[in-house]
Amino acid sequence: MSDPIVDANSIIETLTLQGGFNTNAVILGTSLLGVAAGVIGAFALLRKRSLTADALSHATLPGIAAAFLISSALGFSGRSMPVLMLGAAISGILGVACIHLILQHTRLKEDAAIGIVLSVFFGVGIVLLSVVQSSTSGSAAGLNHYIYGQTAAMIRSDAYLMGGIGIIASLIALIMLKEFMVVCFNESFARSMGMPVWLIDSIMLALVVLITVAGLQAVGLILIVAMLIIPPAAARFWTDRLWKLVLFSALIGGLSGYSGATISALFPRKPAGSVIVLVAGSIFILSMLFAPTRGVLADTIRRIRLRVRIARDHVLESLYEIEIGHVGIEHPKAASWLIQLLCFKGWIERNNGKLNLTETGRTQGQRIHRNHLLWEQYLVSYADIAPTHVDWSVDQVEHVLSDELIHALVLALKKRGLTIPPLDGGTS
Amino acid sequence: MIPQSIQTFLSLDLFPLLAALFAAISCGLLGNFLVLRKQSLMGDAISHAVLPGLVAAFLITQSRSPGMMFIGAAISALITVVLVEVIKRLGKVEPGAAMGVVFSVLFALGVFLLENAAARSVDLDADCVLHGNLQTLFWISPPDQWSNLFSAESYSDVPRQVWTLAGTTLGVTLFVSLFFKELKIASFDAGIATVQGINAGFMHMLLMTFVAIAAVASFEAVGSILVIAMFICPAATARMLTDRLKSQIFVSIIVAALTAIVGYAIASWVEVNAAGMIASASGVFLVIAIVSSPRHGVIAKTLNQRQLGNKVALEDVLGALYRISESDSQANLEQLIASTGADSRSRKALSKAQSLGLVNVHNGILSLSKVGESRAASIIRRHRLWEGYLVEQAGLSPDHVHETAEQLEHFVDVPDQSLSKTHTDPHGKPIPPR
Amino acid sequence: MTHTENSQVQSPRSILDARPEHSADSPVSVHAMTVAYNRKPVLWDVDYDAPSNALVAIVGPNGAGKSTLIKACLGLIPRASGTVEFWGKPYKQSRSLIGYVPQRESVDWDFPVSALDVVCMGRYRKIGWCRPVTKSHKRAALEALARVGMEDFATRQISQLSGGQQQRVFLARALTQEADLYFMDEPFAGVDASTERAIIEVLRELRANGKTVIVVHHDLQSVPEYFDHVLLLNMRVVAAGPVSEVFTAENLQKTYGGRLTLLAEAAEAVARAAKGT
Repeated sequence: MSDPIVDANSIIETLTLQGGFNTNAVILGTSLLGVAAGVIGAFALLRKRSLTADALSHATLPGIAAAFLISSALGFSGRSMPVLMLGAAISGILGVACIHLILQHTRLKEDAAIGIVLSVFFGVGIVLLSVVQSSTSGSAAGLNHYIYGQTAAMIRSDAYLMGGIGIIASLIALIMLKEFMVVCFNESFARSMGMPVWLIDSIMLALVVLITVAGLQAVGLILIVAMLIIPPAAARFWTDRLWKLVLFSALIGGLSGYSGATISALFPRKPAGSVIVLVAGSIFILSMLFAPTRGVLADTIRRIRLRVRIARDHVLESLYEIEIGHVGIEHPKAASWLIQLLCFKGWIERNNGKLNLTETGRTQGQRIHRNHLLWEQYLVSYADIAPTHVDWSVDQVEHVLSDELIHALVLALKKRGLTIPPLDGGTS
Repeated sequence: MIPQSIQTFLSLDLFPLLAALFAAISCGLLGNFLVLRKQSLMGDAISHAVLPGLVAAFLITQSRSPGMMFIGAAISALITVVLVEVIKRLGKVEPGAAMGVVFSVLFALGVFLLENAAARSVDLDADCVLHGNLQTLFWISPPDQWSNLFSAESYSDVPRQVWTLAGTTLGVTLFVSLFFKELKIASFDAGIATVQGINAGFMHMLLMTFVAIAAVASFEAVGSILVIAMFICPAATARMLTDRLKSQIFVSIIVAALTAIVGYAIASWVEVNAAGMIASASGVFLVIAIVSSPRHGVIAKTLNQRQLGNKVALEDVLGALYRISESDSQANLEQLIASTGADSRSRKALSKAQSLGLVNVHNGILSLSKVGESRAASIIRRHRLWEGYLVEQAGLSPDHVHETAEQLEHFVDVPDQSLSKTHTDPHGKPIPPR
Repeated sequence: MTHTENSQVQSPRSILDARPEHSADSPVSVHAMTVAYNRKPVLWDVDYDAPSNALVAIVGPNGAGKSTLIKACLGLIPRASGTVEFWGKPYKQSRSLIGYVPQRESVDWDFPVSALDVVCMGRYRKIGWCRPVTKSHKRAALEALARVGMEDFATRQISQLSGGQQQRVFLARALTQEADLYFMDEPFAGVDASTERAIIEVLRELRANGKTVIVVHHDLQSVPEYFDHVLLLNMRVVAAGPVSEVFTAENLQKTYGGRLTLLAEAAEAVARAAKGT
């Protein structure tokens, strides 16, 4: 049996939110949840708490099952959404509290504490679920959906609740942006200013709890953490600014939520949770590879260009030094592609198998030579306090050091009997 | 003739129990190194991430061929390890987040594929992934005669998972015992290991390979949650109980085995999910260890602290009485209480001193007994030697040293040869002879 | 138990009474402070009154507890005993008058913020909870950046700055706090010459405006040139006072020469006992 064939018309209808009231509500709610998860996940990432969120979300299971058991024992309907969410929140928070207790009172490290809470709480949850299953026939099956999530089972009010929580959580996070930022960046400074770091951390945790319980139904408790981790991790590749990180993360989260809910509305067999995560995961992979600021491809290109530039400068400098009569300089042996590149740029020309600088090539070589000498002298004079973030072979002296310092270097070089070509050799 | 009850046990419970036992031991054994290397969550990540491999192998071969599924799962486990490293290094992503990204995406992929497979009405089940199918490992025709126990035929229908797990346990045990030294040093200090010619990176990959094998072998029978619990909890429990790696490993094996047996027994008694119950039991064992470990447990620490507090209070009472007697005056209870900081603890310390015969009471006047006096003298001696040390060696001014000496006199002796004069303290008070 | 061990039995309070009270004029007055890290004492019984309107260097070997002293004053780590007052008032009442420059290594410089964002953090107390950073605060932050010669780098992401530039950003952040007393943890560590000059100029400017700056410093050579007062520290205060009086070869020998093995041993014993193991 394959999925029912979906015609183009209904795809467009669903995508543009014309696919029926219930479907729209669910799609909208899931998108808002994705936005909120992106916003709050950004801070969880920066606070290095991503996996605490994982433990928290797994730890909600016993709470869900217990809430169901207790409320049915009291004679209420066990499947009331707010009750289950309350149970989930309580046991999630309990799980995080256990992590802190373990860290405080034992020699165990954070990774172990997270793993312990995650697996033991979930184990207890599974035990309770099997109790639910054996005590109440049939209706319990619904609880399983909170593990993997199922948008199909959602009704409109569930979707509104989810969207509402998403909006509120995002707003709180945006209002507190400044406080979250300083605590994430420099906790001790925040504390020295008298900021209640524990309170700010607790608010952050509360927001993570809100997102987790809100997403139980649509995404499920195992995969909800992906909505908190992946969007900010993907967004980080695109920007170096916090507000942009939050914005991009929200967009990626929203997009993932939207597409996940839409696809699962179109193909009821596809579980929304995993589709959401797969969309987010694809965005992550694309971002990691192709993002212009921190992407792997951009980084590789930058590195290759740097290497080419160093090799190119080396050839030009050697040729220049041969021309001005330095002894002991070997004729540069360069790869043929590099020679061709330099010929193409018009910096060198071939003459009877020998390489010669052109006019422009000479000014280049002169500039490089000068730069090289100055850096060398700088390292000789100021080695003990050399700045760490300079790429000696590439960075222009003039861009890094003050005029005053360069002048001192020139004098020092003259004292050693070395002549420094003037700067007007041109800075291309 | 084998009695009916034992036959029932053989047929219903033996293999689930064995499977749980093997899974617990092989994961628990490897978990020691994960916990030590602060990589516990790698076990978590791997056990989530084997799912797509399992399902993919199934979808490709269209059969539940155990070999293929094993290979599929192992491949996806190794992909996880490599991907986490790649994302950490190339993407400069924080390790926790890198792990989170990889395992959640792979798990989502697994669930996605699983639902597709399920759409083709196949007997793979998403819930099984989490808590396994431990309770379906029947011995369909267990031997009914004692003599049949020794015939190979009786074992022809032993479930495959049990064999796999037994083999895995054997392999893991061999691996850990053969490479114990290398694992130890590579976990403790990768730099030192490399200097000594042990490739720490290679050891890491080897360990991860075995983690993956253990996870995959256990996965189907006991589910991913139990795998995670067994990777971490027994090792953590043993860590609370021991201080040596070797004893930690032995303890962790015992704890893992106990957990599996106890958890399984309770589960079949109250009829709940066995994998979940074993995971819960591992948590209970850990809590017991955290609370009551003789050395690192919460109770032991609290008791030690209280004992120490009592000792300090007692010594303070004796010291105060000594000082009072030194000045040729007498002390009643009120004065003593006033001079020792007046709390219930010093009252208790006083009655303790009385019952030990260190202090005598006559008409409300307190005095030191012979034994009490010599004990008090040694305390005062330590106090005044410390004052001397702090002034002479540490260069503190004399009016500063009392409180510091007050803290130190209860813990550490000052060797008197470290001081130039040993008959008076910086305030000119005599230092009692030894 | 009494300290003076007179014939009279005294209450323990009298020990404290016998010592000088906190000085109300001193920007920071530390009294009988003992600090423990993981329950292991690293500072014993520190007494110190900082002079106002001065540049003070805290000097001592590695592990002497220099940063610990600052952090304990600021309440960033708990004190085992002792008190700290600022102008005769407890920390909570004088917080707005105190600025802090943490160690550069204490933060993740790959954090996605610009230099200006970091400097603005210094104004968060003035801005107040949940309110956005306004133009006027940004202007103040830019001015602070200009004072450390970093105005051209305001929009740079902080990981693209050199070590010295990062340190200047931290200094600028402290400047926007507009405090009267500054604590700086190793501001000269690993910076280039021009940054060192920029920092010392700012410090002198602060002193000229009547502020007090307490600096954890590791370079002994520059102490007499840069600072008025010095606090020699090695698990306890060895000496404190004007550089000309205190910064002597003899005191330095006391500070750096010979570890106090017994004191270190005692610290271990106390730590073990306190942990209950």
